Amino acid sequence: MNGLVVTDKKDTRSGFGAGLLELGRTNPNVVGLCADLTGSLKMDAFQKEFPERFFQAGIAEANMIGMAAGLATGGKIPFTGTFANFSTGRVYDQIRQSVAYSEKNVKICASHAGLTLGEDGATHQILEDIGMMRMLPNMVVINPCDYNQTKAATIAIAEHHGPVYLRFGRPKWPVFTDPNQPFIIGKAWMVQEGTDVTIIATGHLVWKAIEAAAILADQGLSCEVINIHTIKPLDDQAILKSVAKTRCVVTAEEHQMNGGLGDAVCQLLASNQPTPVEMVAVNDQFGESGTPDQLLEKYGLGKQNIVDAVGKVMARKNG
Amino acid sequence: MKSTAELQDIVSQVRRDIVRMVHAVQSGHPGGSLGCAEFFTVLYHRIMKYSAVPFNMAGENEDVFILSNGHISPVFYSTLARAGYFEVSELATFRKLDSRLQGHPATEEGLPGIRVATGSLGQGLSVAVGIALSKKLNGDDRTVFALMGDGELQEGQNWEAIMYAAHNGVDNLIATVDLNGQQIDGSTKDIMGFTDMRSKFEAFGWEVLEMDGNNIDSVYQGLQSGIDASRKGKPVLILMKTEMGNGVDFMMGSHAWHGIAPNDEQLAQALAQNPETLGDY
Repeated sequence: MNGLVVTDKKDTRSGFGAGLLELGRTNPNVVGLCADLTGSLKMDAFQKEFPERFFQAGIAEANMIGMAAGLATGGKIPFTGTFANFSTGRVYDQIRQSVAYSEKNVKICASHAGLTLGEDGATHQILEDIGMMRMLPNMVVINPCDYNQTKAATIAIAEHHGPVYLRFGRPKWPVFTDPNQPFIIGKAWMVQEGTDVTIIATGHLVWKAIEAAAILADQGLSCEVINIHTIKPLDDQAILKSVAKTRCVVTAEEHQMNGGLGDAVCQLLASNQPTPVEMVAVNDQFGESGTPDQLLEKYGLGKQNIVDAVGKVMARKNG
Repeated sequence: MKSTAELQDIVSQVRRDIVRMVHAVQSGHPGGSLGCAEFFTVLYHRIMKYSAVPFNMAGENEDVFILSNGHISPVFYSTLARAGYFEVSELATFRKLDSRLQGHPATEEGLPGIRVATGSLGQGLSVAVGIALSKKLNGDDRTVFALMGDGELQEGQNWEAIMYAAHNGVDNLIATVDLNGQQIDGSTKDIMGFTDMRSKFEAFGWEVLEMDGNNIDSVYQGLQSGIDASRKGKPVLILMKTEMGNGVDFMMGSHAWHGIAPNDEQLAQALAQNPETLGDY
């Protein structure tokens, strides 16, 4: 498909765990903190190899974020780990004041983001985290699309001085990016070039966008697929350049329409190059229990939803 | 080492700075600031080892202080200026546009001496614990000091940090609670009392000491005892009784002056009670 080869199915959280372990071996300033979810976050290998640099915070996320700010003050590079819900909404004020406003070099690493967390239901399926984090000045927001990209992003953010929100997930997902990819914060990845429509996707939905583009190719449509792994700072140039060619956009993300990637793209386009946009995202609802596939379908985040959105936006462009 | 009389002179000047700063912009928090003038003065002029210039954010091989109840920024700013972190003339910019002396302490403008933004309550102790952990990792044997308000302890995050520090033996940390018994809506015992604060901290596994925050010798003895009690496997807490508004008679003993600025007449009265010792800014 599109020259991409699916090499495996792996969870993105394991990419984080692998990246953190590698960082532990290469950067003595990297420390890990976790709020009683070490296994779920795949931080156990780091904990085992570097016990003196791992801090078990217990079920106390606010204190974990504050301690991370303190460790960063003392010159360390703290990576905090818990579920995305407890990494953001639960500790928003701690992140805002002690990390973002205080310009601390803290990496907030969040697993189980979005609907694909599955059966645990809406209490845990945060769909507002990208919005909350991208509103904070000084915060970089990254949502990688597969295991390899998550590992590369984890390693890359240690080199960036400043607060970062790194979002990943639970389900086993196709692995299709280069294991040796250079990860550059803020630089979009052109997945495939096309001329009729630009599909801009982040996180797990990048794979859905690729699948949708293949269906549309069979219908004779040429889709440009762009992977925005860094939602903030957004790669304005990559998007504007693509839109100048295709003149219509579909965004796809496992997040609320409010505040997410689609919002960021619309903000960019409205100010620079007004363009028809359709957003594939959750429309102002909470999730529920179910399997990841069932949930993506019910909440309109499947490949067919992207295909349908392309049909709509093409009609608006040509109408 | 500075004598008690010399420290008393600094306290008098710090009190003048506090009321003048708050009066100048008709905003800020004089009550809690005045109550802690002795604590800050003893801490920065007799207890802590640090280099004010150049300011080192990481505080490697120096003692570090974190103010959690950031609203008492006037006493913090005055103390930092009088300790040489920045020019005392800059105190005149307090709470004004383009100032490094924000309403609550912040790092964004790069004011030397401030290591984290505080003001939204309950966050400073966690940061202090984190700095203490970084000192242990770095083999740095200096101490981390922190100050919290008593009302502030109503914020749950404090108790997360209190549990963490005890469980993990963070014993290079000396936290002080300003027991002035007041908060914005009234006295702490009416709003949400703590009953026995000492036994609460002891039950959490902290070493607990006490001192009279408005007596220079008691503050010195208390902080020195804190240092002696540190590095023995437990974090140290000092319960510090203070009088809000201490040193300005009409501000004392009430929460009314928590966040109210004096008018011209009241300023004159306050200054008359606290002689100019080191030169006003």
